[in-house]
Amino acid sequence: MSYVVLILGMAVITCLIRAAVFVLGERVVFPPLVRTALEFVPVTVLTAIIVPMAVAPHGGGAELTWRNPQLVGAVAACGVSALTRRPLLTIAFGLAVFFVWQGLLAR
Amino acid sequence: MSTSPTWLKELANGARDTIPMMVGAAPFGVIFGTLVTSGPLHPWHGQLMSLTVFAGSAQFIALGLLAGHASLIVVWATTFVVNLRHLLYSATLAPYVARLSPRWRWTLAALLTDEVFAVTYNHYRLAPPGAIGPHYFLGSGLAMYTNWQIWTLAGLLFGAAFPHLQSLGLDFAMVATFIAIVVPQLVALRYIAAAVAAGALAWLCHDWPYKLGLLVAVAGGVAVGVVLSRPHEQLAATGSE
Repeated sequence: MSYVVLILGMAVITCLIRAAVFVLGERVVFPPLVRTALEFVPVTVLTAIIVPMAVAPHGGGAELTWRNPQLVGAVAACGVSALTRRPLLTIAFGLAVFFVWQGLLAR
Repeated sequence: MSTSPTWLKELANGARDTIPMMVGAAPFGVIFGTLVTSGPLHPWHGQLMSLTVFAGSAQFIALGLLAGHASLIVVWATTFVVNLRHLLYSATLAPYVARLSPRWRWTLAALLTDEVFAVTYNHYRLAPPGAIGPHYFLGSGLAMYTNWQIWTLAGLLFGAAFPHLQSLGLDFAMVATFIAIVVPQLVALRYIAAAVAAGALAWLCHDWPYKLGLLVAVAGGVAVGVVLSRPHEQLAATGSE
């Protein structure tokens, strides 16, 4: 697979979506159902990516155990984010827990 | 200062008002660049992606998908789905660009990210459509674009300087980043239910080939969210009548 083709394809798709309404103008109208559906896209896409990465970081079966640093770090990040809603604090704390946990398990 | 033309001032104002967003995006650019160096892509592919795609979340997701050996079509389909939200942004801003030339409209559209939308809409909505020229929008977009290129490059250089980072499990940075974006959006039961459905489906279908399970998970999660939204809409509709 050529990564350049992949990247340029992504660029074309992204640009066409962004430009569609600007270029076509008032002819584009969104039914309420489509508007509602679009609201849920960011939350569902990101969650669908996070869950397999945290639950099965090695691609095999579920590692639902405290010995899985990805899962422990993800739970910690969720907690900080829910409490503070601050993105950078969430990332920093999640990463810290992940690396410390991984280090402790490796000993 | 008073001799500088209005359009230049507008351009500068757009850029100035975008500074907080630029600061917020900087760490994401660095993380993106660093992740590129730990994956199958060549560093210049990472810069090419930032230069041409210019959509943070789609770029992150593409990296995750490529690490999981996703097919070309799945990466493109996911890019499409993830960026669909831009339709809402452009629909909201469309009245303010309606009288511009096609070249202007294509240029501004290409620069329309989440952050640029937030800044420009906050400015243009204060005046009737057409009252404010396109330079404020352009200034905000160019500032964000330049910022994204610089921090991507910084991440690429950082990742190249510390090649052992990948063995540490750096892809967790992406998990933490996405959690930081998702959790604050879970403001109502219907969002939580949609996320739970998407997460559960993603887990059940995670060993499907080419990451096709991701698209199933998104479709299922969105469906749950829409079903739970119907009563709200009906209430809103009857309330406004």
